[in-house]
Amino acid sequence: MALDKIGIAKRIAQELQNGWYVNLGIGIPTLVANYIPSGIEVEFQSENGVLGMGPFPFDGEEDADLINAGKQTITTLPGAAFFDSATSFAMIRGQHVQLTVLGAMEVSQNGDIANWKIPGKMVKGMGGAMDLVASADNIIVAMMHSNKAGESKLLINCSLPLTGVACVKKVVTELAVLSIIDGAFHLIERAPGVSVEEIIAKTEGRLIVPEFVPEMQL
Amino acid sequence: MYKVVKNAEEALRDIQDDMTIMLGGFGLCGIPENSIGELVRKGTKRLTCISNNAGVDGFGLGLLLETKQIKKMISSYVGENDEFERQMLSGELEVDLIPQGSLAERCRAGGAGIPAFYTPAGFGTEIAEGKEVRIYNGKPHILEEALTADFAIVKAWKGDTAGNLVYKAAARNFNPLMAMAGKITIAEVEELLPAGSLDPNEIHTPGIFVQRIFQGKKFEKRIEQRTVRKRD
Repeated sequence: MALDKIGIAKRIAQELQNGWYVNLGIGIPTLVANYIPSGIEVEFQSENGVLGMGPFPFDGEEDADLINAGKQTITTLPGAAFFDSATSFAMIRGQHVQLTVLGAMEVSQNGDIANWKIPGKMVKGMGGAMDLVASADNIIVAMMHSNKAGESKLLINCSLPLTGVACVKKVVTELAVLSIIDGAFHLIERAPGVSVEEIIAKTEGRLIVPEFVPEMQL
Repeated sequence: MYKVVKNAEEALRDIQDDMTIMLGGFGLCGIPENSIGELVRKGTKRLTCISNNAGVDGFGLGLLLETKQIKKMISSYVGENDEFERQMLSGELEVDLIPQGSLAERCRAGGAGIPAFYTPAGFGTEIAEGKEVRIYNGKPHILEEALTADFAIVKAWKGDTAGNLVYKAAARNFNPLMAMAGKITIAEVEELLPAGSLDPNEIHTPGIFVQRIFQGKKFEKRIEQRTVRKRD
């Protein structure tokens, strides 16, 4: 069965390693914080200027001065720090953040990503996405395998305006975990009960399938 | 003491039509509410506003959009605002979208006397069009130029009569960078204290960057996305 959003978040959470600083984008990536494996300690960075982000506040304890990059009210954990936006992107551009997780509209077999603009529709802006994808060493994209029209989002070339080129290393969808190496998607794992044939059918870009594809352990 | 002004009206007295102004804040967090209110009252026109966001309908820079006082916005993210969308699609409003980290660094550079810098952000995308590219460490980077403004208007938690500023939590964001990049920098603060009240070890923006300071009359501090969890 294909995963739901929580399943995707749980699978990405398995990638977390002790001591990592992690930036989570809006949407499915935000959910990753809820499923940190036991024994793993990470710190979440929010690009508006927070390190050591905690859970949402209790009702009545929200503080207008304490928000994340999605403009949601948050809390901080012991050891947290606040800083200005230039320092925040120094952390990102300077590769002090070990993992970036973000959503996408399209990813190409070359690791290009499009997630900020649809021609003809209202453009809201790229926010910090272009800085994040241009610099992060380790980028995981969390997204659905196909768009609402049923078309593959894992493409030979992105059709939408790009956010960054040759930067995505890994994609986790409701169907599969895929690595991007040397201009191709490599199928690493499949969601429980999902067939390799379904993944092949729903992946437009070049897909390398090993003889044995293990199921995700969630 | 000569930096202290009575109110927003006095602080913004010489902001004129067609000027470029920077406004601190991220979303509605850490925005100079009192100064925005004064700009609406003054009716200053054709402003170019450099601000990470453009407020929401009815608050923040959304107020200046409603009164059509903004000619051009330079921002990284401008969603959540219907009037903005309408003016942008009709061509009434010019919009320059810049990656957030580049926007922050361009303000910092403007204040630090660095005319331009190379960054990997945006290489290979439409924002790199027409920009010089250089390879450093095997990776392409694009040239981004510094930003300055006729006025920078920032909001701080505490300030002193020497112009030193301390921000609270995530309300710091773009404020310290813009404070450096204004020809004249105006700080509105929640609490204005006598020089010597703030610990010099804990100043975020040294007073040298601030020309005018006043205590804001009222801070509404609207929350854009109130998210809470239930108590067990």
